[in-house]
Amino acid sequence: MKKKIGYAIVSGLVLVSVIVACSKSITGRTDELAALVPAKSDIDAGTWKTVLLTSPTEFPVAAPGATTTPDYIAQVNEIKTWQQDLTSEEQRIVKFWSAGAVLRWNEIMRELVAKHNLPPYQNPDGTYPAPNANNPLAYPQFPFANPPYAARAYAYISAAQYDALVAAYHYKKLYNRPAPYKVDSTLKVLIPKNDLPSYPSEDAAVIGAAVETMKLLFPGDQDYIQAKAEEHKRARIISGANVRSDIEAGEALGKAVAQKFVARARTDRAGTAGGNSAMWKGLEDSCIARGEEPWYSLEIPKRPPMLMAFGKVRPFLFDSLTVISLRPSAPPKVQSDLMKKETEEIYQYIKNPKREHIAIVHYWADGVGTYTPPGHWDAIAAEDFIKLNFSEVRWARNMALLNMALMDAAIVCWDAKMYYFNPRPTQLDPNIKTLTGIPNFPAYISGHSTFSGAAAAFLGHIVPARKADYDAMAKEASLSRMYGGIHYRSDCEIGLTVGQNVGTYAVERAKIDGAGN
Amino acid sequence: MKRTNENLGTVSMQSVMYMANYGITDKLNVMVGAPYVWTKASAGTLHGLNGVQDISLFVKWKPLSYNFNSHKLSLFVLGGFSAPLTDYVVDFLPMSIGLGSTNLTGRAMVDYQYKWFTATGSAAYVYRSNVEIDRESYFDTEMHLTNEVKMPDAMQYQLRTGYRGKYLIAEALLSNWTTLGGFDITRNNMPFPSNRMNSTQVGASVKYTLPSHTNLSFLGGMNYTVAGRNVGQATAYNVGAFYAFYFNKKKSK
Repeated sequence: MKKKIGYAIVSGLVLVSVIVACSKSITGRTDELAALVPAKSDIDAGTWKTVLLTSPTEFPVAAPGATTTPDYIAQVNEIKTWQQDLTSEEQRIVKFWSAGAVLRWNEIMRELVAKHNLPPYQNPDGTYPAPNANNPLAYPQFPFANPPYAARAYAYISAAQYDALVAAYHYKKLYNRPAPYKVDSTLKVLIPKNDLPSYPSEDAAVIGAAVETMKLLFPGDQDYIQAKAEEHKRARIISGANVRSDIEAGEALGKAVAQKFVARARTDRAGTAGGNSAMWKGLEDSCIARGEEPWYSLEIPKRPPMLMAFGKVRPFLFDSLTVISLRPSAPPKVQSDLMKKETEEIYQYIKNPKREHIAIVHYWADGVGTYTPPGHWDAIAAEDFIKLNFSEVRWARNMALLNMALMDAAIVCWDAKMYYFNPRPTQLDPNIKTLTGIPNFPAYISGHSTFSGAAAAFLGHIVPARKADYDAMAKEASLSRMYGGIHYRSDCEIGLTVGQNVGTYAVERAKIDGAGN
Repeated sequence: MKRTNENLGTVSMQSVMYMANYGITDKLNVMVGAPYVWTKASAGTLHGLNGVQDISLFVKWKPLSYNFNSHKLSLFVLGGFSAPLTDYVVDFLPMSIGLGSTNLTGRAMVDYQYKWFTATGSAAYVYRSNVEIDRESYFDTEMHLTNEVKMPDAMQYQLRTGYRGKYLIAEALLSNWTTLGGFDITRNNMPFPSNRMNSTQVGASVKYTLPSHTNLSFLGGMNYTVAGRNVGQATAYNVGAFYAFYFNKKKSK
């Protein structure tokens, strides 16, 4: 009898393991999206205010050939040939890319940031090597996509895509060439049809702008980026959405527009943002001269503060003087009772951390190996935009404004951090052990709070129904840094306010850029 | 590549485990245990964690055994189940107290004994369920927009040999844990639950039963990681005491 129970237990375990073993595959939140069907065509987007282009015709696009020419008919036949014998991989890429060009390239940017968000390991002599853009594959790989770097990358790529699309929509309306499925009614089409003229291709404009800006920002990932670009273009042709000449014109336009952004990026002072040891010493000395205790790196060996001159980078939404005017007033003095009280508050949070607080810390940590807080806000925005069925150009406009706000938030935040050079809680009380890695730069003001304040202010304007949710998320992201033991209350509360001030510039621009809401 | 991390120093993990072992018959044994675990780093600023980890239940069954002269050969089959008892933090390695997966283990074991000499070999397949982490996205070798992490299964092998007397057991052990899949930690990155964690350890263990009170026994042991991948080079010590309740004896009175 007992032996039989033994048999039953063992065979039961085997059975359970077989059943559970079958269901291990995981699905991401955007893996199975339906095709994008824009609620509005935004056919007049050629008139929207651009970021760097002086006019939508700055880079001319030649008139397309007529749809009755043998050349065009051959291009339609190319689609038909693809469609004759579709592999499951071809069907997969059509479905994947039909969810939206700006969305998918935003996801690719976030992936590249997460891959490259790794601080270099120290040299044997205790110094740290710096990544080299001219030798990106050597260790430490270029870039180290930390939060300011990531914010800037997202901004340039998104803004280049937006300007490229404004120009593309201008020429779409001007030339009014119908989609291939409108020309040839026998053509099978694998995506939802719409009335938007197909020349130049909006998807290809996004691709061209992304590929060209990423050559500068992710120079070591060209194989991956080019493979994605080829796959995306092929998906558009296979699906019947575009003929080859639509794609070629869109891609060339996207690349030309992106050149303007690349030229700006080369001279925006990010190249010298890493600073040097003299600058580091200068920041320390000026803090001491003000009678304060300066920030010290808590890493072993001591690491220079991350991108110590990022506060000098040229912003998108305002000028460098405005950066200084947005700088908050000084934090509580290190020796003040208020600072002692704020430090004690953080110690109390981490002494016996609550499980739900740790969950909040880790939900918002966005540290090493992640797409950073700006990427987190892009993810939040993207998942809401998916439900709103924006046209590609509206997607791009909203992502561009969001990311320009996030980049400018990084600049204003880094300006304040380096100007005040205020210590982290653990420096003032070594008993404060942290629930996430201590970022290697001064505390005041909190980067997460500044990013979150800016993003929530802008997104609340674009999606008013979610305004209260965005504000609550920003508040939680900000608080998470106190629960984690790495920021004081002043850093977080003032950071949120400064972030909101930056976000207001994006809102004001959105009100007058011609896109409406 | 091996690296040291001066921002962690040495990470220590302590645990206290309550274990119960119930012999249903001579051939069928059930073991249940649940540890309380503490972690701490000797350097740097990272906060240690603590809590009740996983409950484990093993059924050990001896379907076959041969005796010829003084030689004894036995075959054992073990089935195991383990699962977290609390919602502990999984994604804060190396400070996490466990990996959070629900595991099903199937083990085959061959045991040989000649007089006081003993040798035992076993191999186990460990099925590990997926785990959920506190964040909504992560990068392993690509981006995943989900909080669910696919955990690779694992194999575990063990060889032990030494002295097995009536009161004293002293053995040397060699064990290996090999994760079937998973990914490598990139340079200077944090560890992740679904890393390809492999390790080979050597060790020794001793168990002594009091001749005067045979229901009380003590055990101790240590092991040292001699090779590994995506794991810390660990030295582990354990001590314990067992108290046996002889139910059957009472019945046979």
